[in-house]
Amino acid sequence: MDTLIDIASWLLLSFGGVFVFIGGIGALRMPDLYTRMHAASLTDTMGTVLIIAGVMLQAGASLASIKLAAILIFLLFTSPTSTNALASAALLSGLRPGEALPWRKESET
Amino acid sequence: MITALAIVRTPNLFVAVMLSGVFSLLLAANFFILDSPDVALTEAAVGAGISTVLFLGALSLTAEHERAGSANRFAALTVVTATSLVVIYATLDKPPMGDPNAPVHQHVAPWYLKNTPELIDVPNIVTAVLASFRGYDTLGEVFVVFTAGIGVLFLLGANPGKPAQPSRTPALDSTKGLRHYLIPRVVGRLLVPFIVLFGLYVQFHGDYGPGGGFQAGAIIAAGIILFALIEGEDQALRVLPQRALMGLMVSGALLYGSVGVAGILLGGNFLDYSVLGSNPVAGQHIGILLIEIGVGLTVTGVLLSVFFAFAIRGKS
Repeated sequence: MDTLIDIASWLLLSFGGVFVFIGGIGALRMPDLYTRMHAASLTDTMGTVLIIAGVMLQAGASLASIKLAAILIFLLFTSPTSTNALASAALLSGLRPGEALPWRKESET
Repeated sequence: MITALAIVRTPNLFVAVMLSGVFSLLLAANFFILDSPDVALTEAAVGAGISTVLFLGALSLTAEHERAGSANRFAALTVVTATSLVVIYATLDKPPMGDPNAPVHQHVAPWYLKNTPELIDVPNIVTAVLASFRGYDTLGEVFVVFTAGIGVLFLLGANPGKPAQPSRTPALDSTKGLRHYLIPRVVGRLLVPFIVLFGLYVQFHGDYGPGGGFQAGAIIAAGIILFALIEGEDQALRVLPQRALMGLMVSGALLYGSVGVAGILLGGNFLDYSVLGSNPVAGQHIGILLIEIGVGLTVTGVLLSVFFAFAIRGKS
């Protein structure tokens, strides 16, 4: 039973890491601000859920698990909200989707 | 270190601010790995949270790109390199990290570990050392924070009597903007009371786990800054006017000093908590509680005053 929990948390943690890594690559390779944010935020949220689930399995049924669940709920609230706020701010400041980023334009011209 | 190099090399100040937030977060993780959660919590709350907001507030008042550096950088570079080489050479003599034979682990740490349960009896020895054994140093820290707050307010000329400028977030006033900002407003309004509650928890839990006045002040200030960012500064100033913020700043430092003077008046030394209660241990508990409240009040007041001093200036 212990080995089962260990294997499960190992799987969850490594998948969480893979998701965050994919998000990082996406944030670098995507051409536009909006696609980059899409890549980074979706994968980040999924990675957070998986990693915290993995750590909760390791912590067992203790006070630490409840605290981790509270952190997970907090992150599930704030991470998509901040992405939404960032995208709204970008839209309102005039950056159209599909347009290159300002400093990329500077470095290319 | 890569982050630090990137901060120095980039000419875009906005990027530098974001990178410094990343740097603070990495440093906080580093502190946590080195087994010091109090310092990690303070670094994360202040460095990665509040500092970034304050830097962005300052950036909104100044330009976005660094001006071209002045001449004669070579002399500065040689001086810095020489000094850093000397410092690195000095650290070579240091005992390895965590070495149990280091002098600090032979005399200082065992004394604190042995005497805290009998003299102060709080589970968190860091708080005991910070608040009671080295309480005079913490008094200095509080007054440094207070002085920094006063300094910023002098420089920015915040006048407590002047009515606040019209709201700096015009997007919130126009109907088009309101639609875009709805989700952050709803979620933010939901979160602000919990953030302040968590800040209060950290404040009073400092005796038992990582926490204490500095972290709690930063967290509560962050919650109120979130409220100010969502609802506009004038709304936030109606909740907490400038005079109340100055009162917070002053009362925190005053509380700390008064606890010290009360120690004298009741027969002990300055900042001697043992005479404050019926028995020395109870007195220590009361003293630590009061000065942590003082620290939290001052840190909250200063951080909020600095934030509002930047935000009220508005775009020229």
